Amino acid sequence: MNNQLSRPFLLAAALVGSLGLYSLTTRPAVVAPDADNAGLKLPAGFGALVVAETGARARHLAVTPQGTIYVKLNRPKDGKGILALKPGAGGKATVTGGFGSYGGTGIYAKGGYLYASSDEDVYRYQLDAKGEVTNPAQPEKIISGLLNRGEHESKSIVLDNAGNLYVNVGAYSNSCQEKDREKGSMGRPGCPILDSAGGIWQFRADKANQTYGTGTRFATGLRNVVGLDWNAQNNQLFVMQHGRDQLHDIFPALYDTKQSAELPAECLYALTKGANAGWPYLYYDPVKKQKILAPEYGGDGKKLADAKYLDPAVAYPAHTAPDGLLFYTGTMFPAKYRNGAFIAFHGSWNRAPEPQKGYYVVFQPFQNGKPSGPWEVFADNFAGSAEKVASGRADHKPCGLAQGPDGSLYVSDDKAGTIYRIVYNQK
Amino acid sequence: MFVKKRSALLVLLLLSSGAAFAQKKPVAKAPAKQPAAGVSAAVLAAGKAVYTQNCLSCHQADGGGVDGLNPPLSKTDYVLGDKPRLINVLVNGLRGVDIDGEPYHNAMPAQTHLTDQQMADVLTFVRNSFGNKASAVTVGEVKAVRAAGKK
Ligand code: HEC
Repeated sequence: MNNQLSRPFLLAAALVGSLGLYSLTTRPAVVAPDADNAGLKLPAGFGALVVAETGARARHLAVTPQGTIYVKLNRPKDGKGILALKPGAGGKATVTGGFGSYGGTGIYAKGGYLYASSDEDVYRYQLDAKGEVTNPAQPEKIISGLLNRGEHESKSIVLDNAGNLYVNVGAYSNSCQEKDREKGSMGRPGCPILDSAGGIWQFRADKANQTYGTGTRFATGLRNVVGLDWNAQNNQLFVMQHGRDQLHDIFPALYDTKQSAELPAECLYALTKGANAGWPYLYYDPVKKQKILAPEYGGDGKKLADAKYLDPAVAYPAHTAPDGLLFYTGTMFPAKYRNGAFIAFHGSWNRAPEPQKGYYVVFQPFQNGKPSGPWEVFADNFAGSAEKVASGRADHKPCGLAQGPDGSLYVSDDKAGTIYRIVYNQK
Repeated sequence: MFVKKRSALLVLLLLSSGAAFAQKKPVAKAPAKQPAAGVSAAVLAAGKAVYTQNCLSCHQADGGGVDGLNPPLSKTDYVLGDKPRLINVLVNGLRGVDIDGEPYHNAMPAQTHLTDQQMADVLTFVRNSFGNKASAVTVGEVKAVRAAGKK
C-alpha cells in the first residue's frame, strides 16, 4: 500500500469495492496513515498517523486489548494525571476522559489491570471486559514511599509473567559526587545513594500497601532507567540506562567538549537478580568498548573499571536519553521485527556545545531473547528538522512506546503531547 | 590547566576580537544589541566566555534551558529580579525550587570555582542576553554576597 494515497481516494476505493482489503464492510477498522505520515520518516512500507493531540506532557502509555489508550501525564492536566482515549474512525482516537490526580511517568496494562505510577507510589486499577477502568477514583495503592529527591525522579514500571512488578528508582545524583555536578568534586566513598536508589526494585503486582522498604532490590548500579521491558522469550528484564552527564564540565583537564559529547554510551542491560551495572564507579566507552573507571573515583579516561560489573548488552550514542523500551511481539510488522526491541530516544541536551542528537525511535534486532545485529533508526524526524535536532529545540520528543492489539506501534511525545501510531501496510 | 585557560581568556579579552568564539560550534548567542546603560562590550565578552565554559551545557547556547530539567534564563524572575538572590544562585547552587511556576529536575551546582569578577561578568552577560536587559552586576555586589557566606 502506498502511504501517499489520500483518505478520499481510499474512501472512494472502498465504496467502489475495487480494493477488497480496504472495504468498509470486511474491515471496519481501517487504519489510514496521515498523508505526511505524521511528519515521521519511516522504512518503506510503514505509515504513521497522529492518533490524538493531548496538548499535555505525555510520558508512557498503555493500550488495552480492546484498543483503549491510557496515557500517563508528567503533570496533571485539568486535574487528571491519566488520559483515556477511545478508538475512533481511521485508527485515530479521542480523549474521552481522565482520572488520577497525580503526575508521573509509568503506566502498564496486564492481566486485567492497569498499573500507573506517581514519582513516589504505584497504583492499580481494574479493567473490565471492554478495557475500561472500573475504579478510576479508588485505585488500590500497591506501593508507596518510593524515594523521590527531585533528580531522576520518574518511576517506570513493568510486570513479568510471574506476578512481579519492577520499578526504577533513579539515583538523585549525576555521579555520586560529594557535591552533585560541581566542578572537580570527587565521588562519595562506597556511594551511599545505592542503598536506597540507583537500581531496580521488585514488588508483588497483586499486593496492596507494600512500602519501599519491603521491596527487593533486584539490580543496582543503574544511574537512571526510564525505558524498561520484560523479554518473554528469554524471561528476562531489559533496561535502558541514562548514562552520566558532564565529563568535561566537571573534569575539564581530562575531557574536552567533543569527548564529553560522545561519552559515555547510553546502554541496554539484560538484568538478572543481583546484577550490578557499576554506576557511579564506571561509565561505558562505546569507542573503546570498555568499562572505564569514573574520574570521580580516580579514573583518567583510560583506566579500566573493575571487570566484575555487568557489561552492557548494547551501547547507543551518548546522552540521547532512552525513555521507552518495548519488545515487539505483534504480527503486523514484517518478521524481522518480531521479538526485537524498539527504543524511544527522547533526545540529548548534554552534548552542547556539540550538536544535539536523538529524538527518534530505534529498532534493535533480537534473536532468541538476545540482541543480534546492528540497531537502526526506525522512526525519525520527531524534531521537525535537522536544525531543530542540532539545537535541541525539537517539536516533539518521543518518550513512551506501546503495542496495540493489531500490532500497531504507539509512540507518545512529552513535548507537544502528540500520540503517534505506526502501522505496516505492505502485504 | 585552569591557569592556562584563564590566561588564554585574558589574551582573548585583550585582543577583544571575539573571533575565537565565532567557531562553527554553537556558542552562547550574541548579547542584545543594546545592553543596559553602563554595560561595556568587554564585560559582555568576558561574561560570554564564562557562560560558554560553565553554563552553556545546561542552560544551552540560546539560554532557553532544557524542558523539565534546566530552566531558561530569559526574563525569569531570578535573572531580572533581586541581585543578591541571583548572585546567591551561583554562590550556593539551587535545587528543588520552582522557577516561574515550573519544576526543574536537575541540580544547579554552586559555581564557587569562579572568581568574583567572573561571577559579575557572567551575570551581567545573562542579564543582557537572551532577550534580557537589566543593570550590570558589579564585583562589589558579588563580594558582598560571598562575604555573607553560604546560606
Ligand atoms: C548542571 C547544570 C547547570 C549548570 C552547569 C548551570 N546551571 Fe543554572 N540552573 C540549573 C538548574 C537545574 C537550575 C534550577 C534549579 C531549581 O529549580 O531548583 C538552575 C537555575 C539557575 C538560575 C535561576 C533560575 C533561572 O532560570 O532564572 C540562574 C540565574 C542560573 N541557573 C544561572 C546559571 C549560570 C550563570 C551558570 C554558569 C555560571 C549556571 N546556571 C550553570 C542547572 C545548571
